[in-house]
Amino acid sequence: MKTLHRTIVIATAAILFGGASSSIAVANPARDDIIKSFATQAEMPFSAERGKALFEAKPGGGKPETPSCTTCHGTSPLKAGQTRAGKLIEPMAVSKTSGRFTELKKVRKWFRRNCKSVMGRECTPQEKGDFLTYMSSK
Amino acid sequence: MFHIYKLPILAAALFLLATSVSVADERYSPIKDELVSKECGACHMAFQPEMLPKRSWKKIVGNLSDHFGEVVSLDAMTKEHIASYLQDNAADSGWWGGKFMRGIKNHMTPLRITETPHWIREHKGEVPSQLWSSPKVKSKANCIACHRRANRGDYDDD
Ligand code: HEC
Repeated sequence: MKTLHRTIVIATAAILFGGASSSIAVANPARDDIIKSFATQAEMPFSAERGKALFEAKPGGGKPETPSCTTCHGTSPLKAGQTRAGKLIEPMAVSKTSGRFTELKKVRKWFRRNCKSVMGRECTPQEKGDFLTYMSSK
Repeated sequence: MFHIYKLPILAAALFLLATSVSVADERYSPIKDELVSKECGACHMAFQPEMLPKRSWKKIVGNLSDHFGEVVSLDAMTKEHIASYLQDNAADSGWWGGKFMRGIKNHMTPLRITETPHWIREHKGEVPSQLWSSPKVKSKANCIACHRRANRGDYDDD
């Protein structure tokens, strides 16, 4: 009951302040749970720095049209990106797009798809957690 | 009581009606299905189903493992749901045959809206070719770059 109460308070706070606070990362219980779920399968604690490197890397092995995460998401997580079809992608930084990484099904789906496009393989739980930690710090 | 002096007014009214109808020409029903909006609208705008025949949608949804070079994975139920929505609202779903059926021969199954005769006619001569490759437009699938209300099915702003 107590945790439920806390969740509600946090969620309400996120709704109230999520839009206004554009530079402060807002904690979100659903997102924290998603990151935790990757942590149980990872060998090291997550690092925002490694996440940043992953985001900016050009690892090769994927499709020639998508050498990097930044191909679609843009070079700055604080700014919007653009798909190959020209559609705008909201910033990946959680301080800019408060609903980011809060739905496990969505997160799984896009990691699977985008990691394959960029590196020709799925991302490891370590890489996923590092990436989410980086975006949550932004 | 009808007086002959009212005729010009009537004519004017008819004229206005006719022009407003022809101006409000490129309108399509917006997508009313959440799942379709979400799944079909992530990488590109979710295109209104009225823009392709049923058989085109069937073929597109049937080949999502090679969706214009992308791999799209949807679970069977989602796929089924999307396929029926698109076909139920396709260009040829009504008895009248939608605008996008014009010029499409029975043996043709266009997979790109931008290759339908109607789309080609509407854009011919109007859009300078370098505009298509400008960074803000990037691809012909980016309707909303020029048609600001395209996601609501309104393409009347050209
Ligand atoms: C081909 C374009 C493209 C590339 C390359 C790409 N992404 Fe994405 N990504 C998208 C699109 C489109 C979405 C879904 C739209 C949205 O969430 O705004 C998305 C969403 C995501 C999401 C889910 C976001 C959420 O809110 O749950 C994650 C995670 C993600 N991408 C990670 C990555 C990583 C990691 C890479 C590099 C390995 C990458 N992406 C490369 C296009 C791309």
